[in-house]
Amino acid sequence: MSENTKNTSNTIHNNSSNTSGKRAANPKDAILEIEHVNRTYYDTDGNTVEALKDVSLSVRRGEFISLIGSSGCGKTTLLRLIAGLDHPEAGTLRLNGTEINGTDPQRGYVFQQGSLFPWLTIYQNIASGLKARHVYKEQKAEVAKYIELIGLNGFEKVFPHQISGGMAQRVAIARALINKPEALLLDEPMGALDSFTRADIQDKLLELWRLYQTTMILVTHDVDEAIYLSDRIVIMTPRPGKISEILEVKLSHPRDRGGEEFLAIRKKILEKLHLANASQEPEYNL
Amino acid sequence: MGKLTTLFQRKPKQGSIKKITNAQYVLFAVITLLGFFIAIVVNRTFPQIADVKITSYPLGIFGEVTINGFYEIILAVLIFIYLLNAVYSFFDSDRRRKFASRVPFRFVIGIAIALWDVFGTKLLLLPQPFFPGPAKILEAFLMEPAYIGQQILYSLRLFGYGFVIGVTAGVLTGILIGWFPKVYYWVHPVLRISGVIPAVAWMPFALTLFPTPFSAAVFLITICQWFTIASLTAQGIQSTPKTHFEVAKTLGAKTPYLVFRVAIPHAMPQIFTGIAVANGFTFTTLVMVEMMGQPGGLGYYINASKVWSAYYKVFAAIIVMAILFSLILKIVGLVESRVLRWQRGLVKR
Repeated sequence: MSENTKNTSNTIHNNSSNTSGKRAANPKDAILEIEHVNRTYYDTDGNTVEALKDVSLSVRRGEFISLIGSSGCGKTTLLRLIAGLDHPEAGTLRLNGTEINGTDPQRGYVFQQGSLFPWLTIYQNIASGLKARHVYKEQKAEVAKYIELIGLNGFEKVFPHQISGGMAQRVAIARALINKPEALLLDEPMGALDSFTRADIQDKLLELWRLYQTTMILVTHDVDEAIYLSDRIVIMTPRPGKISEILEVKLSHPRDRGGEEFLAIRKKILEKLHLANASQEPEYNL
Repeated sequence: MGKLTTLFQRKPKQGSIKKITNAQYVLFAVITLLGFFIAIVVNRTFPQIADVKITSYPLGIFGEVTINGFYEIILAVLIFIYLLNAVYSFFDSDRRRKFASRVPFRFVIGIAIALWDVFGTKLLLLPQPFFPGPAKILEAFLMEPAYIGQQILYSLRLFGYGFVIGVTAGVLTGILIGWFPKVYYWVHPVLRISGVIPAVAWMPFALTLFPTPFSAAVFLITICQWFTIASLTAQGIQSTPKTHFEVAKTLGAKTPYLVFRVAIPHAMPQIFTGIAVANGFTFTTLVMVEMMGQPGGLGYYINASKVWSAYYKVFAAIIVMAILFSLILKIVGLVESRVLRWQRGLVKR
């Protein structure tokens, strides 16, 4: 068993080093460059938590990339840094060559759950993206288009608490997309949904991705979701949070969740994640 | 499935939810009106035993009307209003149920008025002049309707100024305290301490500081509203979830949007709670201020009547206050449910 694991991990390692080689070869393709980023948190007891340590990643224009890992591996922290909601202690993040400093509608963000403004209707929530940038008057027509796109016609005048969690997340996605962001950052947007709704939204995301060719950066703890959606999967490990592997998924869409290759990748990732966890407990590993 | 949803949506109300048949409904309407009708009959037929001066006053189209006649007219108006209500509620099953649920209460009110009439006016068994009968109380409105009208307007004007200034100042201060930590640091303790002082305690100070008694009273009512609303507004602003701000920021929002489109809408329920609480204090302050140093208003009217032992006028003023203050609360409530309509179904109300 342990021998098997070792073999697989070697394969993955080779794979990922290939990937990084390719990245270095075509820097023009990169829309987002993250270089040697550190982020440490201090809790009230004076303990330090290294959420991210020396993380470097390059994201290609128009790709769908997933960050996956157990809780505490810094995947959400990394996404918040990209969004500009948080700042790194060291290192740089650049979007289109410009250093990221604070939030910008160029980088849309979809939160986990309950992020819709409860006092606004569905229509007004989607329109709030335009209103925040003071372009609502000129681009009013867009709102109806996006409502159509996410299939919520007839729900315009309804308030968020009256719709289901799946619908709410679609609204949140539309609200971020209406600003036509270069990159859409998704922070476990399907984490709290049941598996049917989840599959439904995953397909919606793929549809929107193809339509707008937005670069998608997805944080998830769902391995299947990552494989189903992504071009590349970034596996992160905790304490300190860092990137352990990057896997390329070269399956054509629509992907068969039960397919042989799909399952093979799934196995690889799970083993990798298992290994990542096990490595913290050397006494068992030895 | 359908059954299940109905089960969860409807609150179990005493027993089963039966549809009220037309015949039942007509019976309910009759019982509702019957109480007041009995009150009229009692007033007509019960002999006047105690020696009470029954004066007549001119009343528009009714010609010369005695206080008993006016009392009967008022009862007739009540019957008419409930009749309209009954007809209006006839066509809607929810309203029908509401009307039906109030039948016993309305019937008992009618009977209670009739008993009060008997003990207060006909037999004078209640100690006089402290507990006049209903007809006697209504005499105040027959005697000096214009004068009472003036007092009502005076009170309303006082309340109106105090309310508008108080709410505006309260919401503005609350926003500043809630948004800027520096303002919170310096102003919030002041608010905490001054907030617990009853506004009337400032009265001597207010009377010397302000040029007219009216402006002094407006000041006292203003601070009633101000401190309560300010602290609740600040709470509402401060309790805005961080996620809401982050969402707005990632959508490209700048500070004005965060304040006016995120923090303030979130604080709205708290602001209305503040207004409701403040209104309670305000009514108290309003009446006290009027009783202690105003040239008009319902409080003044009570005080002036008490001096002449005209307790029926005191009761008349109390009835006016009850109606007036309830109306004010009702209007605020209507505005609130309009502004906070997004909460419908979200919170238990």
